[in-house]
Amino acid sequence: MTSMTLLLESRIGPDVWHQIFNFADYGQLLSLVHNSLVAGAVLGLVGGLVSSFVMMRDLPFAVHGVSELSFAGASGALLLGANVVAGSLTGSILAALVIGALGSRARDRNSIIGVLMPFGLGLGVLFLSLYQGRSANKFGLLTGQIVAIDSPQLHWLIATAAVVVAGLLVIWRPLVFASTDPELAAARGVPVGLLSPVFMLLLGLAVAISIQVIGALLVLSVICTPAAAAMRVTASPRKVPLLSMAFGLVAVLGGILLALGSSVPISPYVTTISFAIYAICRLIGAWRSRHGWARRDPAPRADSGPAPLIGSGQAC
Amino acid sequence: MSDIVTPPALQLRDAALGYGGHRLWSGLTLDVQPGEFLAVLGANGSGKTSLLRAILGLQPLSAGSLSVAGRPARRGSRAIGYVQQQRRLDPSTPLRARDVVRQGLDGHRWGVARPGRVAWRRVDAALEQVGAAAYADMPVGLLSGGEQQRVRIAQALVADPVLLLCDEPLLSLDLSSQRTITGLVDRRRREHRTAVVFVTHEINPVLPYVDRVLYLAGGAFRVGTVEEVLSSATLSELYGSPIEVIHTGGRILVAGVPESARDAHHVDHDEGIVP
Repeated sequence: MTSMTLLLESRIGPDVWHQIFNFADYGQLLSLVHNSLVAGAVLGLVGGLVSSFVMMRDLPFAVHGVSELSFAGASGALLLGANVVAGSLTGSILAALVIGALGSRARDRNSIIGVLMPFGLGLGVLFLSLYQGRSANKFGLLTGQIVAIDSPQLHWLIATAAVVVAGLLVIWRPLVFASTDPELAAARGVPVGLLSPVFMLLLGLAVAISIQVIGALLVLSVICTPAAAAMRVTASPRKVPLLSMAFGLVAVLGGILLALGSSVPISPYVTTISFAIYAICRLIGAWRSRHGWARRDPAPRADSGPAPLIGSGQAC
Repeated sequence: MSDIVTPPALQLRDAALGYGGHRLWSGLTLDVQPGEFLAVLGANGSGKTSLLRAILGLQPLSAGSLSVAGRPARRGSRAIGYVQQQRRLDPSTPLRARDVVRQGLDGHRWGVARPGRVAWRRVDAALEQVGAAAYADMPVGLLSGGEQQRVRIAQALVADPVLLLCDEPLLSLDLSSQRTITGLVDRRRREHRTAVVFVTHEINPVLPYVDRVLYLAGGAFRVGTVEEVLSSATLSELYGSPIEVIHTGGRILVAGVPESARDAHHVDHDEGIVP
């Protein structure tokens, strides 16, 4: 046991811990990353909001697919010396449109994403290897960056976030209806076929914001995990997005603040906090389902026969 | 509210429906009055679901006219409540039973729901009517199949429809849930004079309540009382081959439906109810 500890200490050493957690000159650093903090707060809130629909519509894989094309767009912009945010927006929107247009059914969608994703990642790698500038910029697009956000970029991010939030607020109720019971929603006059690509577009915009802060590879920790955690502890359609936004905010801001003094990118902090929140919510959810949700115990379930899965064919 | 001024809940005039060259049915003229219970029977592919889609305004008729509560059928009509067959919801669906019912009231509207007590009071009343008040705050995905179906009925009724459309609502429910659901539907039409169009492959669970039957088969149809339509003579004529219909102990058994029409046709031959 002691030899293990010794071994660990000699391997890792105090330097490594110092690299991961270092709060010297914290006040000065804080003023330097003002832009990043604002961007992080915006991302946390928007990511949390969007992720509740991502979970409802079963789209985590689409998020990942869009983020790789967004990465290709951003690295292309970096290579050409164009606005990186505009580049990632272009990539996201293209990906969202392709997935929205070709993949209305889950099976089609997943195969299209599976095809698009390595293509996007490959393009991105190509652009980055051609790029002659700072290598920190390259790495940042994949795994997140902290001080790379200048004021024009921040304005782009905030404007994009505002579009996403406004768009979601407008389509909120029909989107919930179409996400939870598409057939019935269509029968009640909800334009289900229109809502799907519109949401993909908003999702693409949210992904483009995330790339700037957390990096293409880790987008899911902001646009999936928060709502997945929230849905473990509540089924209220009002509380899920609110909790999810709170979780997103805590994860991104907490991650940035912890990463500040270190030489490690912010993403490991964000993903770890996000994961920890999920793990805690899962435990709470497990406890609740054992001790009963709401007023009634869900134990007697004997009166249900074998039910066909959602999406099974209709009579004619 | 006198019957003279109330238009039929559903009115079809010489209606026809088909895809491309294939004709499902034609020449269908039918009035469903407020409070009437119409069962729609027939094999898969005979056009039962297409009839529902036409009433819902999701599919145009190829000929004739169709009106709901005196107005031409249109998509998203508030006059219609719609209950689908029971399908298991994902357990993590972030909706409580009351939220599902609320969708029947304003789930189709743009924007975010404004907090309002009036709407929730109507939701509570609808849940109360179907005996689902006890689990109003439960996540809907954790409810049993029968409970989910009660919640769906509350959702269909919360907006006070003139016409209640039911598309195989008993499928994959056990016997006691089937009885509960049909009882709820029957009570609604008695107390509120809501007309009921009930698509089912199985007549027996609704037999005590049915006023008339619409039987679709092979491009033709018959409308009438249970005795008129579900008889050996009528069905044999409709299918063009001998069919035996036995009325016994308050149940109806149909034997001899041709294979082609029966491949997915669930009218059981010796035992009426799918266990």
